[in-house]
Amino acid sequence: MNEITITIDGKEVRTQEGEYILNAARANGIFIPAICYLTRCSPTLACRICLVEADGKQVYACNAKAKMGMDINTKTPVIEEEKRAIMEVYDVNHPLECGVCDQSGECELQNYTLEIGVDKQHYSIADTHKPAQDWGLIHYDPALCIMCERCITVCKDMIGDAALSTVARGSEPLDAAFKESMPKDAYAMWNKLNKSLIAPNAGDTLDCTNCGECTAVCPVGALVSSDYQYSSNAWEHTQIPATCAHCSAGCQISYDIKHTDIANPEAKIYRVKNEWNYVSLCGAGRYGYDFQNSNVTKNPVAFDAAIEAFKKADTIAFTSTITNEEAMILQRLKEKLGVKLINNEARVFKNFLDSYSAVSGQSLYSGNLKEVHESDFVVSIGTALKTDNPNARFAMNNALSMNKGAGLYFHPINDPVIEDMSKNLTQFNHAPMMEEAALYLMLDLFGDKTAMPSSTVDYLKSFHSLKTVTVEETVDEKVIETVIKKVLNEETGVEEEVSEEVTKTVKKKVSKEIEVDDNRLLDLLNAPTGFAETLRKYLAKKEKFSLMVGPDLYTHPNSANCARLVALIEKYTVFNVTMIPNLANTLGVALICDLDENAGEYTIGYNTAGDFTLSALGNGDLDMPSLNQQEGTLTSIDKRVNPTNVALSFGGYTLNDVASALGVSAALSVDYTVQLPVSAGFKAVEFDTLPNHYTNAGEEVRGYVLDTLKVPCGEDENVQAFDEKRAMTTSVVYLANPVLQFTPFTARAHQLNEEGGLYASNEFMSSNGLNSADNVRVKTPKGEIVVSVINDSKINGDITYLPTFDSKINSQALFGDYRFSNVTIEKV
Amino acid sequence: MHSEPLNDRNVSEHSAYYYVDIEEYPTTGWDKFKQVVKRTFRGELFVGLWVVMREMIKFDIHTVKYPLEKLPIGPRYRAVHKLLRLWESGYERCIGCGLCEKICISDCIRMDTKIDENSRKEVTEYSINLGRCIFCGYCAEVCPELAIVHGQRYENGSEQRAHFVIKDDMLTPLDFLTSGQQAEYPGFGAITPNESVTKTPLAY
Repeated sequence: MNEITITIDGKEVRTQEGEYILNAARANGIFIPAICYLTRCSPTLACRICLVEADGKQVYACNAKAKMGMDINTKTPVIEEEKRAIMEVYDVNHPLECGVCDQSGECELQNYTLEIGVDKQHYSIADTHKPAQDWGLIHYDPALCIMCERCITVCKDMIGDAALSTVARGSEPLDAAFKESMPKDAYAMWNKLNKSLIAPNAGDTLDCTNCGECTAVCPVGALVSSDYQYSSNAWEHTQIPATCAHCSAGCQISYDIKHTDIANPEAKIYRVKNEWNYVSLCGAGRYGYDFQNSNVTKNPVAFDAAIEAFKKADTIAFTSTITNEEAMILQRLKEKLGVKLINNEARVFKNFLDSYSAVSGQSLYSGNLKEVHESDFVVSIGTALKTDNPNARFAMNNALSMNKGAGLYFHPINDPVIEDMSKNLTQFNHAPMMEEAALYLMLDLFGDKTAMPSSTVDYLKSFHSLKTVTVEETVDEKVIETVIKKVLNEETGVEEEVSEEVTKTVKKKVSKEIEVDDNRLLDLLNAPTGFAETLRKYLAKKEKFSLMVGPDLYTHPNSANCARLVALIEKYTVFNVTMIPNLANTLGVALICDLDENAGEYTIGYNTAGDFTLSALGNGDLDMPSLNQQEGTLTSIDKRVNPTNVALSFGGYTLNDVASALGVSAALSVDYTVQLPVSAGFKAVEFDTLPNHYTNAGEEVRGYVLDTLKVPCGEDENVQAFDEKRAMTTSVVYLANPVLQFTPFTARAHQLNEEGGLYASNEFMSSNGLNSADNVRVKTPKGEIVVSVINDSKINGDITYLPTFDSKINSQALFGDYRFSNVTIEKV
Repeated sequence: MHSEPLNDRNVSEHSAYYYVDIEEYPTTGWDKFKQVVKRTFRGELFVGLWVVMREMIKFDIHTVKYPLEKLPIGPRYRAVHKLLRLWESGYERCIGCGLCEKICISDCIRMDTKIDENSRKEVTEYSINLGRCIFCGYCAEVCPELAIVHGQRYENGSEQRAHFVIKDDMLTPLDFLTSGQQAEYPGFGAITPNESVTKTPLAY
């Protein structure tokens, strides 16, 4: 794209060709009012208030693209009149209950009414009765709704649930006299507004993944969080800039805190807010904020016991829900005390990265989610996308819907949410253990065969064969017919019959036997019939390709080979690869800690089981602060080191206190930020200098991006063949979490508090005669447990899954390293 | 800004100020002893006592017999706050909009709100920290519902600062309301007729 210069209100502005005028203005600090537009989503054109004059013509700034030398005027008398009328219309019948409205103080209707200076109302229409509706976590008050349709837009273009749409409002038509007396755009806007209302597609309640993004984007108080409703006023909150602690997306959030109540001055988190123009949150991030370890005081007895335990211990086991600084402390403890560090999930990821680096020659994968957003062909392999990393799912959906993109999704579990993203998406519900086949297919379809190692090319060739198929096709056939025509003989004046030969084209169906290429990889991956043709359509006019790979590959028995294949894909195809780390800081832990495979005899568990446990979950021998009570940094999927701050105070001891008593001392945990290993790509930057915000142009100014280092790699690009007999075709169970859950921390939040079980699709439950809450015995080669069955309507097929968020269910013991396991399930 | 008015502190020998004629302080011990004896036996005490007795006998006393008698105070007097109820229904007027909390310049108002069983915003607690309140009247002025007002009760001697200003103390008791004892507040923040207000058109 070319950089061009345009003029807005006499100010010269540099922007990209084809950028919307509104975005160009915003990026350069010029204010154009806009209510319905959402950055990263398609222009809705509902509010019409972003009206500007471009080269003498009235256009909407949100959908008019900037052209070289354009002269834009945002304030002409006509436009001012339109804006004034639009705001008056929005104020018609809008309830004057700002005093009790949750949006009051941050309401765009309030702001624009004041900004435009509406001091008198000229329009009116009889109001209709629109009762408020409760949609679970979300509350909708149609009386307050101004029909900007931002909720519909974000749900469709960003989230991918498309759970909302407009329905008839049932209102009287507008007074015909207004058409003459009103400014044109204001009338058109009102006419549309007066006909529609928001409603869930599923009828009375929402059928979606409960991300709550609709409440975040709502400019008024129509869509609000049911839990937050009437609990506080917006301006009373102190906003603590933070990084979400639940998954590897590392979304920027702010914890909105205030004193608990009149009697208790201690801070409490009331809600989580996000910069919805630039980052979209999932439900776990939005509703799972109060996972703090509260009411903890310094307990010297427990502390001394912890020190004794550390002196005795030879192993520290921990999870990746910790900061980089804590990981650094653990690594220092390892160096000082010679203990082993056990974190299986980060270790397999680290091994995967190492195997990848050995072929690719770089320490980190090349992609990030921003690139996925910008792609027009997205492939996901080996991850239950919507629950492993919801933001990766949003990125894929956004790419498919905004860039006219297409995608492939390789996963054993059929996911209706993924299916509904786009028509141009194919799901491959292959058997578990066939992930390598998917990677080989990528190489086969997109790889540069001339550059690839010849052994790989030959191996790929072995899957191809020529197959004779009978196809029916329509051919044009020329037929010569004799027609008898009546011609008037001019000499005699009598009609004569003359026979004449005419050539006609007739369409005819013929069956033909042709030889076609048969790719057995497609069969191994259960590709839908005619996929080759579908793919050809998908690939038309595609420019930017992204591949996301996930934890199924890291835990795969042949994960090293998977990693090498991923590196080959990156090297020999146009795909940009992004790896999805399992948990909030898996990437950070993998880069900072030297992890061991086998535990010793006496284990200290940090947020996990051990002989002595440090826990931020409130169930350990020594209480630790949880991630909303700590400052520090988290490493995200975007390879970004994001700072997070203390939202709630913590009265107990921190890991730094323990380490200091053991001789690894620092005044503050964040003193380790500057010491993070430069050799792994971190930068020697002080914590206090790390920024955490987005600019008006949408630029992410948060922490810093890890350096991708060159890693010495040999010429060896050999990859192993895969054994198709290892495909798990019998009944299997998967290790994953349901929507809204990631770890025991999410389950601690009061809005997400739930018990886990065996999650099964409708299909599985009916075919096995199971009902919700039935108890079943789940038996794998590693062990068995009895859990209740929970229906998950957001999966299809026969594969069930066990969660990791419920610490009462020791699901991990049932699995080896791999996320799938053979299983027998019987009702008890 | 001109600095002259600030620089002229108006204290000089030529100004309206003058030195009070004060006797020299005694310096020696003997002089001090003489002063004490002189002051003790001069009988100034009886001058005061005589004035009191004279006025008593006259029976023409202007003193307000506080606390038996109290002077009327102006309607705009800003004493301890009250929370009023709606005349028609007896509901609390306060809707929990938080404007008083926001405008309070000494940051002494706090309230707790929640959604009640009728899906209305309910103010569960309301308090004013009288240790900080400067009785500026902004809260009463900003209140859109005429719910928080200043009362006339200026006697706020108590063992506890928190007295008078928790919700139960401030809110008009229901029996007070039914017996018509809730006084409408004519002071700060009361509605004044304003010709600039125009009626919004309604399509009914």
